[in-house]
Amino acid sequence: MSGIHVTELLVFLVLFAGVAVMGFLAARWKSGDTMEHLDEWGLGGRKFGGWITWFLVGGDLYTAYTFVAVPALVFGAGAIGFFALPYTVVLYPIVFLPVLRLWSVSRSHGYVTPADFVRGRYGSPTLALLVAITGIVATMPYIALQLVGLEAVLRTMGINASGFIGHLPLFIAFLVLALYTYKSGLRAPALIAFVKDGLIYVVIIAAVIYLPSKLGGWGSIFDVASAKFAATPSPADGILLTRNNQLQYATLALGSALALFLYPHSVTGILASRGRNVIKKNMIALPAYSFLLGLLALLGYAAIAAGVTPIMNNSTGRPDSNTLVPALFDSQFSSWFAGIAYAAIGIGALVPAAIMSIAAANLWTRNIYKEYIDKHATPKQEARQAKWASLVVKFGAVAFILFIDPQFSIDLQLIGGVMILQTLPAVAIALYTRWLHSKALIAGWVVGMGWGLYLLWTIPNPATGKLHFAGSALTLSKLSIVGWHPFGASTVQIYVGVVALAANLIVAVVVTVVLRAAKVADGRDATRGADYHADEGDPELREIAVH
Amino acid sequence: MSDHNSDHNEERDPTDWDSRLPVDRIEGTGHLAGNAIQFHWWNLLLLIPLLMLITTLYNSDEPRLFGFPAFYWIQFLFVFVGVACVALVFLTTGSRRHSAVRRQERGQDGGEK
Repeated sequence: MSGIHVTELLVFLVLFAGVAVMGFLAARWKSGDTMEHLDEWGLGGRKFGGWITWFLVGGDLYTAYTFVAVPALVFGAGAIGFFALPYTVVLYPIVFLPVLRLWSVSRSHGYVTPADFVRGRYGSPTLALLVAITGIVATMPYIALQLVGLEAVLRTMGINASGFIGHLPLFIAFLVLALYTYKSGLRAPALIAFVKDGLIYVVIIAAVIYLPSKLGGWGSIFDVASAKFAATPSPADGILLTRNNQLQYATLALGSALALFLYPHSVTGILASRGRNVIKKNMIALPAYSFLLGLLALLGYAAIAAGVTPIMNNSTGRPDSNTLVPALFDSQFSSWFAGIAYAAIGIGALVPAAIMSIAAANLWTRNIYKEYIDKHATPKQEARQAKWASLVVKFGAVAFILFIDPQFSIDLQLIGGVMILQTLPAVAIALYTRWLHSKALIAGWVVGMGWGLYLLWTIPNPATGKLHFAGSALTLSKLSIVGWHPFGASTVQIYVGVVALAANLIVAVVVTVVLRAAKVADGRDATRGADYHADEGDPELREIAVH
Repeated sequence: MSDHNSDHNEERDPTDWDSRLPVDRIEGTGHLAGNAIQFHWWNLLLLIPLLMLITTLYNSDEPRLFGFPAFYWIQFLFVFVGVACVALVFLTTGSRRHSAVRRQERGQDGGEK
């Protein structure tokens, strides 16, 4: 066990404790008449304005894991890791109009989860169940990854014991998080997000101004990085894209953008806002985070120029690439500023972890518990069920990290992105048309999911010796449709998610044509056209936290 | 949950769904509803940021700007392109729903926010 960095740890602990107090007090912040309703506990009363939504959704989408993993990827592989920027730029033009419709229809009908909408739109509990399960399964490893981000910071500060003890601080941090989320619901992360994002902005802006001046300017940083990649045997890395990974870069950015607002926690952030104008303004203001993320990604190159290497994780006995950015701060900044940076990343892990666990708890409660276990649950019982579910989800995530190799969470999160993309036809396309038959959507989901998982399973990584689930880049020559190789021996790579989604859509369309021709009955649509345009201030708008 | 609160939908025949029509009627009111998709030409502006997915547009080192290779600074520039396009769509299409949907739905009395 290396020495503890006392100053860093003290700054970190003070900020962390302050945030915990805020989390508990948040229950009273803008509180409604009752906390015992999912509109209040799970959506903060559906009344967040522009600023709160900006911090909340920003804190939700740009997670601690993103902040440590993206620079680590750039450090290791170069330009391909920069996909995070196009991903979060094309995101907003794509989702701008659909999320407004989703907000309105959810506000009209009191939907709390994307699966609620699917249930209402198609009248199919089975389809809603599939969407809910996909959401929960995709979110769980995402929560675990926030712990990976938090742990990277703790280990850099010297809390790097081996075995179970090494994970103990993480456990305590998550226990505190679990308790105030239980008490305050979505208001806790909403309030904490202000602190988290404030710290993150200060740290990143300081880093991108200060580090280049110390390391000889950006021009020199890029040159050093370029020379490093040229010296490696791998032809795939470099500060520019290669012939083979350009398609992967574009499809990964597009697929990730399409997937992001299908994740239940993103939807939670959107549904918690007060009205359509709040969301519209946020779609314009949120790219500020994207710009920040792009700058942050470049710290991967700064780490190369500074000669920083990742720290050994004493629990797994391997270097932990996610410690790269914390190690960079440790080597380049004074200890008190590094402490602030660590707190930013650490608190940055708590905000999305809280929102994700709330979103997963909402899915469990609305689309599994109420649908299949207790059909007549009152709103009060729903809220209680969701609170407990949020605890279970969080400790499930801790157990993932504690008892299973963290690498497993990273693999699962990769798989989760491909999985959540398979709900696009049932959720996003359904916002515009109900032409697709609910049974066809189920068929498409099964095919997209099955094929997507199979393709991920086949992807090896020769560099690490991993045979399966070693990435999301599929070489086109390996793409085989029942023995037929449509792309011959092409070495160009593509993101698995979009391939599986294409299969999903084709199946959904073909089966719909067949079912419509055979006049197979479909469920009843509970939504009306006008519901997709409802807005705050409308007369006859559904009351919040009543039904 | 749709079963409990969809009273206005009871006459809709589930097998007779024809969504190829852009709109259908809210049962009992005669007002147009359905998917109520509103298209504005301005919305096409949202396609411009997607040019960022064509990597050959910027996958080169030169020309550099402040030391940043073209690959990086051009992509940073796209952040502003994206913001500008979304902002333009917001400004040009913001409040039209009142004239289109609400009048159909409730007549002239419900138009105020």
